[in-house]
Amino acid sequence: MEAPHSAVRVDLGRAVREAALAGLIAFGILLPLIGFNTVQNIRNELVLETRWPLLAALVAIVAAGRFLHELVIIPWLARRAMRPRAEHAPPAWRAALARWAPPFALGFAIVYPPLALWLAGFQGAAKWIDNFGVQILIYVMLGWGLNIVVGLAGLLDLGYVAFYAVGAYSYALLAKTFGLSFWLLLPLAGSLAAFWGILLGFPVLRLRGDYLAIVTLAFGEIIRLILINWVPVTNGYAGISGVPRPTFFGIPFNADENGFAARFGLEFSPIYRTIFLYYVILALAFLTAAVTVRLRRLPIGRAWEALREDEIACRSLGINTTSTKLTAFAMGAMFAGFAGSFFAARQGFISPESFTFMESAVIVAMVVLGGMGSLIGVATAAVIMIGGTEIMRELDFLKHVFGKDFDPTQYRMLLFGFAMVLIMIWKPRGLISTREPSAFLERRKTVAAEFVREGRG
Amino acid sequence: MEVFVQQLINGITLGSIYGLIAIGYTMVFGIIGMVNFAHGDVFMVSAFIALVTFLFLTTWLGIGSVVVALLIVLVVAMLLTSLVNWTIERVAYRPLRGSSRLAPLISAIGMSIFLSNFVQVAQGPRFKSIPQLFDQVIVLFSDPDGYDVSVSYKQLMVWGVTAVLLFVFWFVVTRTALGRAQRACEQDQKMAALLGIDVDRTISITFVIAAALAAVAGTMYLMYYGVVSFADGFVPGVKAFTAAVLGGIGSLPGAVLGGLLIGLVEVMWSAYFSTDYKDVAAFSILAITMIFLPQGILGRPDVEKV
Repeated sequence: MEAPHSAVRVDLGRAVREAALAGLIAFGILLPLIGFNTVQNIRNELVLETRWPLLAALVAIVAAGRFLHELVIIPWLARRAMRPRAEHAPPAWRAALARWAPPFALGFAIVYPPLALWLAGFQGAAKWIDNFGVQILIYVMLGWGLNIVVGLAGLLDLGYVAFYAVGAYSYALLAKTFGLSFWLLLPLAGSLAAFWGILLGFPVLRLRGDYLAIVTLAFGEIIRLILINWVPVTNGYAGISGVPRPTFFGIPFNADENGFAARFGLEFSPIYRTIFLYYVILALAFLTAAVTVRLRRLPIGRAWEALREDEIACRSLGINTTSTKLTAFAMGAMFAGFAGSFFAARQGFISPESFTFMESAVIVAMVVLGGMGSLIGVATAAVIMIGGTEIMRELDFLKHVFGKDFDPTQYRMLLFGFAMVLIMIWKPRGLISTREPSAFLERRKTVAAEFVREGRG
Repeated sequence: MEVFVQQLINGITLGSIYGLIAIGYTMVFGIIGMVNFAHGDVFMVSAFIALVTFLFLTTWLGIGSVVVALLIVLVVAMLLTSLVNWTIERVAYRPLRGSSRLAPLISAIGMSIFLSNFVQVAQGPRFKSIPQLFDQVIVLFSDPDGYDVSVSYKQLMVWGVTAVLLFVFWFVVTRTALGRAQRACEQDQKMAALLGIDVDRTISITFVIAAALAAVAGTMYLMYYGVVSFADGFVPGVKAFTAAVLGGIGSLPGAVLGGLLIGLVEVMWSAYFSTDYKDVAAFSILAITMIFLPQGILGRPDVEKV
């Protein structure tokens, strides 16, 4: 008898054949797009230039990748599939991780700005707190807000960024026109976004699944196009600049003697505002998380989750599906509105450029890649995806490898899209696919990934 | 009246292009129930393949006859775009078959981001333009004020190519074994597999056909407008999807009809109201159709079962 692991035979000839085929296909696809480059000559006509070495390199990479896939990864997967599934309970380290990761992450998020100041100094820390801290937290908050709609209620919303835009423009316009403060406008922007959520949600929530996704996409685009074309109010493509910045509960962050630094006897530095903004968005994000956790225990949250699992069963149990969906929609929109007004206050400038469909797609991707309904999963996905693309800006050393013209930032979105596909294939149910039931009998059981259903709306 | 006729001609041209893309959406949705988000970008990639092939033929090989060049461009673009879409299906969608409905959608969104950025990195972010081809027009009639109603050769070419390919395609779907296999998979994949149909292969062929028609649209788009950029996939893609939904998703004649309607609405809206809001008009039609006529004009109503 053969040992079980040797039953997976490695077929070298097959691997070579597959690699050759993959190389051939790659050659066919890449020949026009990589092999030739279209450039304008001095007479402003398009002409072709060839890039044979690049084409050859890419084809070789594809062929080698397929070869290794055939030789290493497929046998490894086959061996893993053959291994008997011994334990039904997840290993102990997973339980410990699930127990300790959230408080640890929260603690890290709280001490992050002083840590960055200590490690990078006053000059260097601004970038780390702003680009990584604040930027990631905005997306974490958006992800958690959309998680209510997609993850809990199972409604696929591809136009979520519209509510983010409503929040941002409400803050920018009201603050500029009436001079109202950030703290007054934050709830107002949230309510306006929620109002728009109800307004748009009302006609479309009868639709199911994919149809709902497409209509929300259409609404998102309509709102963006209105922002572009309604020039008297929104200033079109040029956007709104000079949006008032938030103050420390009335004390502005400037170099005046009434400013934050002078009042507290500190030397003036723009970093105080950055740190303040960081804690504001951290608080907002945790408000979102806390509300989500609490709502899951309330009847409305249970109704959302029931709706996600089976809409017909819900209806036959007497749940008003329309109002249940609308509350989820409005709640998600409200948090997007908060995030939007924070975004406008942080940037000081907003334009329709920031509210494209791509943003919606990125937020949906975070929710689905993270594992629908899982707060930790969504936050992890946000950190990986946004942090990852931000890190691409920092890879200047690659210039030494690939030459002076190499610009890593160009490849950010390329790798982003590629990573989305890869993660989806690797974990179709998201990074964290198990689910803790919010209601249980006698003892809490973790719902295995296989039984976790996803947004069918 | 003259303006109306002229806009009708322009609208039908634009609508044919949308219709060709819409068929790709409707076929893929029909067979695997997935909104293929990357389809608009496949269309854009095909326009770039056509652009490179056209430049290769005219500037490198020096082919003088535009008709011959165009025919070769069309064939090359169809072949290579089919290969692209076949690979995409194989790599990004097939591993996700049988998992949730959301997984392939997210994968397709990722693919769409990947494709447009790939073209941006590989070919640069600028608009690529080619010289105007067939700019002669046939004046149909002119009113006393001197407004000519005309059809350009380009428009005739778009109509002709679209009509011929639609006919070929319709023949394949309704009269051949392949088309029967496809319709069987659309109705019930498990049953089709039990009856000896290779479901995976049929789905692959569906993606290939969808891509070939998108490539026709891409070539026509390039020839008609003479300009293409890496970002040109999204808006035509969404409009073509609107067309597919309007006509009734899953219905092939519906996709063409929807495409023509969307093209006409867009052109008429630009002519009589404002160009600024023409996309708003198209998207509003999508929302209104979905709300009041979710099954579309020619689609079957979706029966919900427990």
